[in-house]
Amino acid sequence: MTVLVLAEHDNATLRAATLNAIAAATQLGDTHLLVAGQSCRKVAEAGARVRGVSKVLLVDDARYAHPLAEPMATLLVKLASGYSHVLAAATTSGKNIMPRVAALLDVAQISEIIAVIDENTFKRPIYAGNGIATVQSRDAIKVITVRGTAFEAAATEGGQASIEDAAAADDPGKSSFVGQDLSKTERPELTSARVVISGGRGLQSGDNFRLLEEIADKLGAAIGASRAAVDAGFVPNDYQVGQTGKIVAPDLYIAVGISGAIQHLAGMKDSKVIVAINKDPEAPIFQVADYGVVGDLFKILPELSAALG
Amino acid sequence: MKILIAVKRVIDPNVKVRIKSDQSGVETTNVKMAMNPFDEIALEEAVRLKEAGTATEIVAVSAGPQQAQETLRTALAVGADRGVHIVAEVELEPLIVAKLLSAIAERESPDLFILGKQAIDDDSSQTGQMLAALLGWPQGTFAYKVAIENGTATVTREIDGGLETVALKMPAVITTDLRLNEPRYASLPNIMKAKKKPIETFKPEDLGVDVAPHLATLKVEEPTGRKAGVIVENAAELVEKLRNEAKVI
Ligand SMILES: Cc1cc2nc3c(=O)[nH]c(=O)nc-3n(C[C@H](O)[C@H](O)[C@H](O)COP(=O)(O)OP(=O)(O)OC[C@H]3O[C@@H](n4cnc5c(N)ncnc54)[C@H](O)[C@@H]3O)c2cc1C
Ligand SMILES: Nc1ncnc2c1ncn2[C@@H]1O[C@H](COP(=O)(O)O)[C@@H](O)[C@H]1O
Repeated sequence: MTVLVLAEHDNATLRAATLNAIAAATQLGDTHLLVAGQSCRKVAEAGARVRGVSKVLLVDDARYAHPLAEPMATLLVKLASGYSHVLAAATTSGKNIMPRVAALLDVAQISEIIAVIDENTFKRPIYAGNGIATVQSRDAIKVITVRGTAFEAAATEGGQASIEDAAAADDPGKSSFVGQDLSKTERPELTSARVVISGGRGLQSGDNFRLLEEIADKLGAAIGASRAAVDAGFVPNDYQVGQTGKIVAPDLYIAVGISGAIQHLAGMKDSKVIVAINKDPEAPIFQVADYGVVGDLFKILPELSAALG
Repeated sequence: MKILIAVKRVIDPNVKVRIKSDQSGVETTNVKMAMNPFDEIALEEAVRLKEAGTATEIVAVSAGPQQAQETLRTALAVGADRGVHIVAEVELEPLIVAKLLSAIAERESPDLFILGKQAIDDDSSQTGQMLAALLGWPQGTFAYKVAIENGTATVTREIDGGLETVALKMPAVITTDLRLNEPRYASLPNIMKAKKKPIETFKPEDLGVDVAPHLATLKVEEPTGRKAGVIVENAAELVEKLRNEAKVI
């Protein structure tokens, strides 16, 4: 059984989520990593050092400078025939590309697996994590996205894979990259941070997120948000944690002014320790919190910051 | 310009779902149903494009049981001109839905096919991408902003690190994210008018699509629950607990 994992990167560094996908792949069989990009040899070299990877396929070509779904899917379909499984992280990039690959191969795609039972059988959450389905595939090639929080990242050192150049595939030529507007932050990435502090509608404004930033600085935390806070424009879209945003499972998750709707819980309830700060003692967030503080966040946050020293 | 939209009937997002005791799936009898929220956004976007004079006709397509007609009626009341119902009483995987929708697309030849980014029941987030693949069209998933000009759809997408903009040669598939627009409600007169709008029905075999699943669901279980913890008095006590009890800071 040989598994192909699609590496996610920005032509310079391998994204952390790929390490979780590699971890899932190594439970299935011999693991190869596809690094497709432009001037991305450094990524291939980093991939070759990841424990569990036995071969890196490097496709260095201008058509993969940005991972557009159309050319990436064509490339993966060309390579897929040699593999029993094709995996990617369940990031916005993996979710964009992998269903296209599956449809071109005329196979089902299995989204956001959280466990590998055997080569054909996987667990995945449905209904915002309110159900865990065990699904068995009848397809010859399994196309899968992996929920990062469910698999411990593969070690970035210790592997000694070979790097093999592979040829590009046709670009259907119907899409082109126009530009991107990435949020700049010095903070750890939301999905791999050890501590996350998230704000909700209770914060009342984007300015008030400064109260969270002060604490995040002290804890080395990433900042997240509820949908209500994002919709209100307090923070950028990519801060959203939840069923339809990012899935996080840090050691410590602090929810501030967030009620705890099921769509929000879906994105954070696998965190090791959950803290809720909310003035409403009946807020559903307290039903999943290990530690709750009932009170006004505008009073509690400065106190918390002071107590952290 | 003609727009097709895909609307799915799902359990209302405000309903707490219950797992069947035999673990065969989720309880759906006597449960409140609604149009998938992302499909409301797809519908709204189509209606706005028609109001702006960019689109001339909107056709709403749904695959599912008899009651999916209610979801189509909702779409007609909000502004779709016609409905297409693919009647199927069995559960349909995203790949199968994509095949059904692509068969309709081939009959209708739209310029745009707008879907939700995700159905909130199966949480697959696959159908739009698969449909684009089957049709050989480009895709603009997780759309935050859409601009149509001279046969090109410029789509700004919500991605993990922020926003990305791509240009797609139409016909194209777009899937909606939450911030694309805010869906409107249907007015009472429009609900009445919608009753007279046509809905065409097909069976999967009319469209040459085999609905046999590629995946078998062996069981559906409750997730391992969390228990409520303790309420602490103040920030100082919280920090003390996090340091000495939970040992996470
Ligand atoms: C299709 C769909 C997808 C969705 N996806 C997501 C998702 O991915 N992520 C997500 O988060 N949501 C999602 N939602 C939205 C979700 O249902 C809730 O509406 C949202 O999570 C509410 O955000 P909130 O808790 O910040 O706001 P609210 O529910 O308004 O809660 C605000 C909380 O702040 C507290 N508060 C107010 N002032 C103070 C104060 N001064 N001090 C202390 N506490 C205070 C209040 O007591 C209240 O509990 C989705 C909804 C739908 C329909
Ligand atoms: N049975 C269906 N009928 C109509 N549209 C559907 C159906 N299933 C999925 N879709 C569309 O595909 C989108 C994504 O669904 P999914 O891939 O299941 O998450 C939905 O938001 C709908 O627009």
